[in-house]
Amino acid sequence: MKPRKDDYLERSKHLQKMSDDELNEYFWHLVEKVVDPLIKLAETHTSPSVERSVLLRMGFNSLEARKLVDMIFQRGLLGKGAGHIVFRIAKEKNLDVLEAGRALIEGKYWDDVDRIFKGVKNNA
Amino acid sequence: MLDPKKPIDIDEILKDLDKYRPKRKGWTWRKRLPEGTKIGEYEYHQVSENLKNSIPLPAAHYFGGIDPQPEVVITSEIASGRFEDDIRRMRMAAWHGADHIMVIRTLGQSHYDGLIEGTPEGVGGIPITRKQLRATRKALDLIEEEVGRPINFHSYVSGVAGPEIAVLFAEEGVNGAHQDPQYNVLYRGINPIRSFVDAAVAKRIMASVNMLQIDGAHNANASAKLAWTVMPELLVQHGINCMYSLKAGMKKEYIALSTVPPVVSPTPEFRYNLPYAVALRELFDGFRFRAQMNTRYIESDLFDATRIHVLDTLISRLTSADLQSTITPDEGRNVPWHVNSIRGVETAKHTLVALDGMKKYVKIDKNKIRAKVRELKIRAILMLEEILEMGGYFEALEQGMFVDNGYYPERLGDGIARKKDGEIAAGTVVPRDEDYMAPVCEHFGYNNLPEGIEKPCDLIGGCTLHNPDKIQFIDELDETDNVNIRLERIRNMKKRNVIKPEVEWYSDGWIQLDMTFALPEELAEAAAIALCEKLGLEEVTVIHKGVLHPAEGTYIEVKAKVPFEIEVDKLEIPKKPETLPEDEIFEFVKNNPIHVVAGTVGNDEHSVGLREILDIKHGGIEKYGIKYTYLGTSVPPEKLIDAAIETGAKAILASMIITHNDVHIQNMKKLHELAIEKGIRDKILIIAGGTQINNDLAVENGLDAGFGRGTKGIHVASFIVKKLKEKQK
Repeated sequence: MKPRKDDYLERSKHLQKMSDDELNEYFWHLVEKVVDPLIKLAETHTSPSVERSVLLRMGFNSLEARKLVDMIFQRGLLGKGAGHIVFRIAKEKNLDVLEAGRALIEGKYWDDVDRIFKGVKNNA
Repeated sequence: MLDPKKPIDIDEILKDLDKYRPKRKGWTWRKRLPEGTKIGEYEYHQVSENLKNSIPLPAAHYFGGIDPQPEVVITSEIASGRFEDDIRRMRMAAWHGADHIMVIRTLGQSHYDGLIEGTPEGVGGIPITRKQLRATRKALDLIEEEVGRPINFHSYVSGVAGPEIAVLFAEEGVNGAHQDPQYNVLYRGINPIRSFVDAAVAKRIMASVNMLQIDGAHNANASAKLAWTVMPELLVQHGINCMYSLKAGMKKEYIALSTVPPVVSPTPEFRYNLPYAVALRELFDGFRFRAQMNTRYIESDLFDATRIHVLDTLISRLTSADLQSTITPDEGRNVPWHVNSIRGVETAKHTLVALDGMKKYVKIDKNKIRAKVRELKIRAILMLEEILEMGGYFEALEQGMFVDNGYYPERLGDGIARKKDGEIAAGTVVPRDEDYMAPVCEHFGYNNLPEGIEKPCDLIGGCTLHNPDKIQFIDELDETDNVNIRLERIRNMKKRNVIKPEVEWYSDGWIQLDMTFALPEELAEAAAIALCEKLGLEEVTVIHKGVLHPAEGTYIEVKAKVPFEIEVDKLEIPKKPETLPEDEIFEFVKNNPIHVVAGTVGNDEHSVGLREILDIKHGGIEKYGIKYTYLGTSVPPEKLIDAAIETGAKAILASMIITHNDVHIQNMKKLHELAIEKGIRDKILIIAGGTQINNDLAVENGLDAGFGRGTKGIHVASFIVKKLKEKQK
């Protein structure tokens, strides 16, 4: 930002008459306006770490989670959900989710992944 | 169960770790006792339950050994880089009253894209891994049983692996964590979008186990040149993280603000710090307050740091605090040492207890600071207005709105600017597709789950948050850098029964020396180093200098490594004075009345120790029927001898606390010689006592006995009776 002098007195004229409670309320009103687009962004997006956290919760260890998410990210399929991809393969191949994930790490079933997911329209 | 007399067995902690589950999850506050609760003879208004095992403040023995625990949670930060030594420090801190153990992460972990495994050694902190967390939690579960109070374990959910670390913490029973996306963005240079997207997911997971969250706003304070100028921004940063956390699903009571009194003396600090503390507590009513100590201005002077922390804690008591942080007073010069962690905890406990219930009789005149409080809030509001005018958080960030050294709305143009689409891990965030799905619980955000399921993880037969047996435990990945290798050295030393002094790691060899030279600063420093080298010490480093006068003297503190080991088997413990059975003393004195004369000798006004040896109330010799004539303080040796002759005393008890110029030795000799001169030496016992006195010293200088620190009446009475019995024979 460009340097500027303290213009507090001028800039705060519209706030000076507010009561203490009104100031507190107005502060939180503005904070919410700043935060709303940020939380919306988080609701509708994901990241490698978010997806690894899903795989961890599914029972994968950190090494497996990292390999799977790297592979999925490189294929441009992270937006489907890494856990989702593993879950769908497990279901289709009648495997436990860990077995399915480990098979994917070994390079198996990626044709099936492409068949299941590549056709679906993007963006929630 | 731990045995208070034995060190914690790290090998035992490491056993069967793959099967260990934390005893509980979530944050625990102290159990506050009703106002007016009596501990010993004293009434308290702000205390919690006593501990089962603890070490009280140094003066406690004057007050029946009480160790009142403030109602406020006390934090100890630990950062040795080796978790096996962190655990030992935690036990020390818990015994002194810490119940929130904050483990600092190793340098660079926030840029590590994923989880670290095993137990590698860290720098300035510990690599946070599952094994390290589980071992530490297991040890803390034992330590909390030993002290009788739950201990909250805490670390950091930040960096580029926030969501994964949050899962790890939730699984392993970590009770509190720092989480604030603004910290990532401003101080770790991580892509802003990635930071916020990750943060929401991490916060939701933390919320699921009632983890207490602490924000990172106080870092603006530590980064700004003049810390007070960022006060309006601090309100804004706290606001953003609090609101973001609420929206991610956290409850208000688990959201804590990390607040710091911004400035220190020599400014008139309370005129700045107090209105700020009040403004914060008004705006953030209902959230929790973690009162952090000011670290911005800590130099290498331990006493200055301690003074700052006492006054910071006064602010906590004048306003409010739910957690009182402690920063080790040596933070300005090295990674915290054991003793300084404990000093930090003692400073907080001492101050909080000293100011117990103070708001009943001391109140802030809020009208007098109202204008200042309002001004701070308005400045923060103006900043928020401008952030929105600029287009929002990311746009304001790009233009350098944050951590500018101007007192907002003043701007100096030196803020930290971060690009929305730049920095570390840029371009890694992707939109969730319409069919995005995550078959796990506690997942924040859009999730296209099939209809009709009760909880998401039913799809996969349970997730790790509901079924911990699904967690995979990785032991070690690096054969050359792990706890087993480090423990080998310790096992070897223990086998040979040798030891070295230590400051942070077991027998690390470091010691500290302090000294004063009548030399100017630079020469004094060189002299200190030369001295340590002559002593055969290694890695000599000056860690503090204090100019007493530019020409007259410089005070120096040095750390250095000891190159040799001490053989424990060969150590000689000075014999404790033998005591006779009480009945035997009573019996003897009844049949052989004993009179003694007593006083503090020379120019010495310290009478407390002697009174304890004499008075019946303190278990002194009076209890056994021994009569005494107390001559008072600063008694000349001549007077003691004369009084002994006059009263026909069997013994003289001479107390000597002051030792400079060896005045105590001169006085011992003088008593001995005067008694010879007057012809009574063989008829009378002359006994010296004092904190710096020991038996050998007294005997060397002609006396019959000397008693040092920790002496009780029974020791002195036993000695007198034994000697008199010998004489009778």
